Amino acid sequence: MSPEMTAERKPVVTGSPQISSTTTCSGIMLWVVIALAPAAVWACISMGLPAIRMFALAAGSTLITEGAWNAIAKKRQTLTDGSALVTGVLLAMSMPPMTPWWITVAAGFIAIALGKMIFGGLGFNLFNPALVGRAFVLVSWAGVMASAPGRGWFKTLDIAATGGYDAITGATRLAVAAADRAAGGAYGFDLAAQYQPLLWRNLEGSLGEVSAALLILGGMVLLFKGIIDWRIPAGYIGAMGLLSWAFGSDPIFNIIAGGVLLGAFFMATDYVSSPMAKNARLAYGIGCGVLNAVGRFYGSMPEATTFAILFMNGIAPLLDRVFRPRVFGWVKRNG
Amino acid sequence: MAKGAFKGGIHPPDRKAATAGSPVEWMPVPSRLVLPMSQHLGAPCAPIVEVGQHVSRGEVIGSVDAFVSAPVHSPVDGEVTAIAPCLTAAGSRVTAVTIKPDAEQDLGSFLRVEADDPKSAVRAAGVVGMGGATFPTTVKLSPPADTPVNTVILNGCECEPFLTCDHRLMLETPSRVIDGAQKIAELIGASRIVICVEDNKQDAIEALRAAAPGTVEVRALPTRYPQGAEKQLIWAILAKEVPHGKLPAATGALVHNVATAAAIADAIDTGKPLTERIVTVTGAVKRPGNYRVLLGTLISDLIEHAGGTVGEVGRIIAGGPMTGPALASLDVPVAKGTSGIVVLTPQEASPLVEDDQACIRCGRCSEACPMFLQPYAIGNYSARQDWNGAGRFNPLDCIECGCCSFVCPTKRPLVQLIRIAKAAALTKGVKP
Repeated sequence: MSPEMTAERKPVVTGSPQISSTTTCSGIMLWVVIALAPAAVWACISMGLPAIRMFALAAGSTLITEGAWNAIAKKRQTLTDGSALVTGVLLAMSMPPMTPWWITVAAGFIAIALGKMIFGGLGFNLFNPALVGRAFVLVSWAGVMASAPGRGWFKTLDIAATGGYDAITGATRLAVAAADRAAGGAYGFDLAAQYQPLLWRNLEGSLGEVSAALLILGGMVLLFKGIIDWRIPAGYIGAMGLLSWAFGSDPIFNIIAGGVLLGAFFMATDYVSSPMAKNARLAYGIGCGVLNAVGRFYGSMPEATTFAILFMNGIAPLLDRVFRPRVFGWVKRNG
Repeated sequence: MAKGAFKGGIHPPDRKAATAGSPVEWMPVPSRLVLPMSQHLGAPCAPIVEVGQHVSRGEVIGSVDAFVSAPVHSPVDGEVTAIAPCLTAAGSRVTAVTIKPDAEQDLGSFLRVEADDPKSAVRAAGVVGMGGATFPTTVKLSPPADTPVNTVILNGCECEPFLTCDHRLMLETPSRVIDGAQKIAELIGASRIVICVEDNKQDAIEALRAAAPGTVEVRALPTRYPQGAEKQLIWAILAKEVPHGKLPAATGALVHNVATAAAIADAIDTGKPLTERIVTVTGAVKRPGNYRVLLGTLISDLIEHAGGTVGEVGRIIAGGPMTGPALASLDVPVAKGTSGIVVLTPQEASPLVEDDQACIRCGRCSEACPMFLQPYAIGNYSARQDWNGAGRFNPLDCIECGCCSFVCPTKRPLVQLIRIAKAAALTKGVKP
C-alpha cells in the first residue's frame, strides 16, 4: 500500500478484480514449515544436538546465501517470501545428522545460489533447490556422505539375522534390506518388523527419516489446507508401492523407509519445479515413484529419491505441454 | 455431466449482508443529470436535442440508426444545459447531454415509446443488458434463423460479491421478472424458461417460485463465482459448452439478466423507456442500500445520498469488485450497466504490488479458471511482451471474471496481463 494514498485518501485506479484472496506466498511457505514441524521437532528431540545444529546450519546457509545474493545483485530482498527457509528446513531433513558442518553449509549455498538465484530467483528455477544442494554434496563428497550415518555416536545397524548368519550390517535399514536382497534373502531380514521403528523412531538415516508417521501427518496438513495437489503424492507413493510389490519386496516398508515420504509430500510437490496441469501432476508423481523404485532396486545406491525427483523436475515443463488442459468450448485441441 | 456445477471458480467473501435486507428506495432527483450518448456496446448515439431545449421524462435525447445500438431518453422533465464530452465509469470520454431537472417532477409518468411491435418497443425503450455487459437487447432478441433458441435462461445469480440489486428486484417484483422472461420466450419462440438464482438468496427463490406459473422453472444454483457468467450458466443448465468463437445461441440458449427482463416487460407492457435502474451502494458508506437511481445521476451525488463514505477509502468501484473498474473520478454518471457502487477500504482492496512479483507456478489460477485456461502462462508471456507465446494459450477465450487474479498468492495482475495479450492477439492477428 503506497503511503501517498493513505495520506491523501485518494482513490486508487486499478483494473478488475479489486479484491483478492488472503493466500500469500509467505503464508504458503509458513504452512509448509508448520507441516514439517512435527517431524522436525521430533527429530531434534530424538537425535539431540546434532539435529538442532543441522537445522541451524542448513537454514542459516540458505537464508544468508539468498540475503547476500540479493544485496550484492542489488535486487529487492526476497527473504520474507519464506522460500529460502523452506529450502533450508527441507535440506536439513534430507541430511544425516552427523554430516560435517561444512558439507551442510556448502549444500545450502549451492541450493540457493545454483539451485535458484542464478535462474532469476523464486519461480524461475527448473529444479527443486534443496535437492540441487543435496545432489551436489552427494556427488562431490560421496565417501564422506556415505559414512555420515555411521559417524560420531551414530552406529551402523547390526541386525540379528537368521539362516546361520550372525548379523547383517548396514548404514540404514534400506541398506540392510538391500544387502539381504543381494544375498537372495539369505539373512531373512524381516521387513514387516521394521514398520514400528520407521514409523515412530528411526535414528539411522536422515533427519527426515526419524518418523514416517509424522511426515504423513504433515502431508495430510498440506493436503487438507489445499497447499499441495493430491495427485503428486498419490502418484508417487502409489507407483512406489506397486513397483516394490512387483519387484518382490514389501510395499509398506519401501514407502516408509528412506526419503519417499519426505520426497512425495514435500519435495516433489514444490510448486516451481513440478508441473501445473492436473494430469501432468499425476504423471509426474507416478514418474517420481517409478524412478525411485527402479533406482532403489536396481541402482547403485539404496536411496534414489533425490535423483528421481530431480529427473522428473527436468521433464515437468514437457509434461505440462503434453497434458495441457482442453479449453472450455474447444472440442478438439487446436495445436 | 454435472449439471449446476461448472468446473473452477472461487468463493470470495460475499459481503451482501449489509444491503440484502434493504428494500429498494428512490433516490431523490439530483440537481443535474449527465447522460452519456454511449451507455451500451455498439454505435454511440448522436444527441438530437439542443442546449436550452426543454425535454420531458421519457423523451428521446440521443439516437442512431445502427442495428447494434440503443437510444437514450431523458429521465426527467428538464432543460438541456450542455452537450459536451464526459468521463464514464470505464474511463473513456464520450459525448453527453446534461439536463437540469425541473423543480416539479412526476416520476410516475413518462412519454411512452411508440412502436408497432414488441421487439421495436424494446429497441425504442433503449433496453440493454443490465448485468453490466450493456449489449443492446434487441440484437440478442434477433438470433440468426439457422440457430433456433429453445431455452431462455434468466440470470439472477448475482454472483458478484457486495451486489444485491438483482436480489431485491427478484424479491420485491418477481412477477415483472417472470413477465419479462415470458415476453423474451414469446419473441424468440423458445419453449423453456429457466430462472437461475444462487442458493444464497432463498427468499428470492421462494418469491419467484410463488409467482411463477408451472411453465417457468426457478433453479437454485450453487453459490460459486462466476456462476452468473453466461457460458458457465448455460453449462449449469444445459451441460453444453458454448463453442469457441460461436454465439451462446449455438447451444440453443439465450441468457438475459433479470433486470433486463424486467425492463423488457416494462417496455412492452407500458411503453416505459429505460430511464432508471436499481444500484446497490455499499461498502464503506454511511447508509448502504439499494437505490432506484435516475440514469445520469453523478456517482458523487449517489454516494452523498448514501450518507457519504466512512473512514479511509481505498477504492471506489462501479459494479462488483470482481469485474468492475475502480473509478478515477466520482463525477461520472450512473449508466444503464451500473449495478453497484462499492466503496472499499484500503484493507479490503487487493494489495497494490509495488514490484513485479514472480509467478511461483502454484497452479491456483488454472484450477480457478472456469474457461480451463492457464492464466499464468498467458500472464508470463504477456509480461515479456511475447504475443505469439501468449497467443498459443487462447487469451481470447478469457471471460475476464477475475478468478485467476483473485487466487494468485503473489498477486500478479493476471487479468490485466491477459487483457493486454487479448488486445495484441486482436490487433496483431495472432492465432490461438
